[in-house]
Amino acid sequence: MKFIKNTLDKMRPSFEKGGKLHAFHSLFDAIDTLMFVPATTTTKGCHIRDAVDNKRTMITVFIALLPALLFGMYNIGYQHYLSIGDIVAGDYCANFWNNFGYGFLKVLPLLLVSYIVGLGIEVIFAQIRGHEVSEGYFVTGLLIPMICPPDVPLWQLALAVAFAVIIGKEVFGGTGYNFLNPALVARAFLFFSYPIQMSGDTVWIAEKADAYSGATPLGEMIAGAQLPSASIMDMFVGFMPGCVGETSVIAILIGALILLLSGVASWRVMLSVFAGGAVMGLIFNAVGANDYMNMPFYYHYLIGGFMFGAVFMATDPVTAAHTNTGKYIYGFLIGIMAVLIRVVNPAYPEGMMLAILLMNVFAPLIDYYVVDANIRRRAKRAKLVNNK
Amino acid sequence: MANMLKLIKNPLSKENPIAVQVLGICSALAVTTQLKPAVVMALSVTVVVVLSNVVVSLLRNTIPSRIRIIVQLVIVSLMVILVDQFLKAFVYDVSKQLSVFVGLIITNCIVMGRLEAFALANKPLPSLLDGIGNGLGYAVILIILGFIRELFGQGSLWGYKIMPESFFEAGYVNNGLMTMPAMALILVGIIIWVHRSRNEDLCEK
Repeated sequence: MKFIKNTLDKMRPSFEKGGKLHAFHSLFDAIDTLMFVPATTTTKGCHIRDAVDNKRTMITVFIALLPALLFGMYNIGYQHYLSIGDIVAGDYCANFWNNFGYGFLKVLPLLLVSYIVGLGIEVIFAQIRGHEVSEGYFVTGLLIPMICPPDVPLWQLALAVAFAVIIGKEVFGGTGYNFLNPALVARAFLFFSYPIQMSGDTVWIAEKADAYSGATPLGEMIAGAQLPSASIMDMFVGFMPGCVGETSVIAILIGALILLLSGVASWRVMLSVFAGGAVMGLIFNAVGANDYMNMPFYYHYLIGGFMFGAVFMATDPVTAAHTNTGKYIYGFLIGIMAVLIRVVNPAYPEGMMLAILLMNVFAPLIDYYVVDANIRRRAKRAKLVNNK
Repeated sequence: MANMLKLIKNPLSKENPIAVQVLGICSALAVTTQLKPAVVMALSVTVVVVLSNVVVSLLRNTIPSRIRIIVQLVIVSLMVILVDQFLKAFVYDVSKQLSVFVGLIITNCIVMGRLEAFALANKPLPSLLDGIGNGLGYAVILIILGFIRELFGQGSLWGYKIMPESFFEAGYVNNGLMTMPAMALILVGIIIWVHRSRNEDLCEK
């Protein structure tokens, strides 16, 4: 640490005003403040003293994502070797290092592309607009590869990242001003632009053998299966085809625990997403018009990206509702919409992405009415009702 | 003369009906999946604006102001029917592709907007130039949209394959989002963004 600090301090003068590398000062600031607490403090106005700033928050989310990422790497290798017949189904630990190594080499390029393109654009915007590089992309850059199929072409990923950062975030003023979750914007861009690479039964296992069925549990349900072919235990641990980081419920729950204990994510949102999913699942059970509707409601938690979306996407503090009552409504509607889209619309197998994006749009409206209702209630209590 | 020239030049950039006044968005999103219908639509709207501008300008002193909207509508519909019949006779396939959107030129805000804002208060010649200018301003945006959307959405221009086969063999894929209206709206947004960053005086404070 000391070595890094010394190096940075030695480099500082050439990045300050008048230094020959001043043009790259935003990049230097970004690295400097990522490693160390900035030396400058607020000089006027009231402010809260707290060790937790934006960067520390982002790193907490980063750590919370790691279990899902590591498991995702392992699962990619496992699914690959399973499909070419090197290992038998159920033999989870055989071939351990090969599985992990294969998945690691698959995911690494995705991460590199996501970070290089995304941070490159962030730096350019920071440079033009004269503010420091914001830490927002730190998490987004990890989220985007985790919600893509392992075989997504790198140029498509790069395009999606550029689209998400520019159209999803920077045009609205950068981190903290975006009304849509940038990672989901990237995924929606990929989903609608390149449906062949983003949906169907062939994309979810890296370099799949042709004879092997690569359908995700979601795909099987839409194709008319009675229940997903994977066992509940497999789906809970995460041994099923799917996006890089979404398959393992248990790894995501570890992340959820980290987020909740550190207070970074809102338990209100998470809880109400699950409640919404359960309510809609139970309604479908009661209707029971086809096998998909008859699927027990808790299966919705296990298949597809429901869990990942509920824990890491819906809780995004920027795009979620801000009032406490609003968070319940926001989360509940996400759960309802996700299950509704999944079951009713076979063109969109993964309802979670669309549900969260839709509710992102409505979050400010929900907040507006929650605040408005509160004002009315208090005005009534104070007997100040004037017929507005 | 310089004033007259301004009537044509201003709507191309500083008073562009789509990028600045944000009128006629609906048709700009609907007909621009390919370049050819976009160009035909742009020409049709230009013809309708020009003709109705001139006719309304000629009648401006005789139209009672209380019923002027309905009179304008009658004139515009007449022009739209003429254009529609012309398209059906000479470019039937494009006319079929444009389908209802030719008829909907009647409700295009640009047409009514120019009649109300300009033709009712000006002589025929300036009205003619104003019509040409606004029609072209609309056309510029439509052609940009049609060009980008057809090139990246279908890999072709005017129906001819442009993207080389070797691209596709190397893994290039046409962008499906480009063929959807949502992307057209985003493209219009980007055009407005670029336009305003070049003309700072257009930005709202």
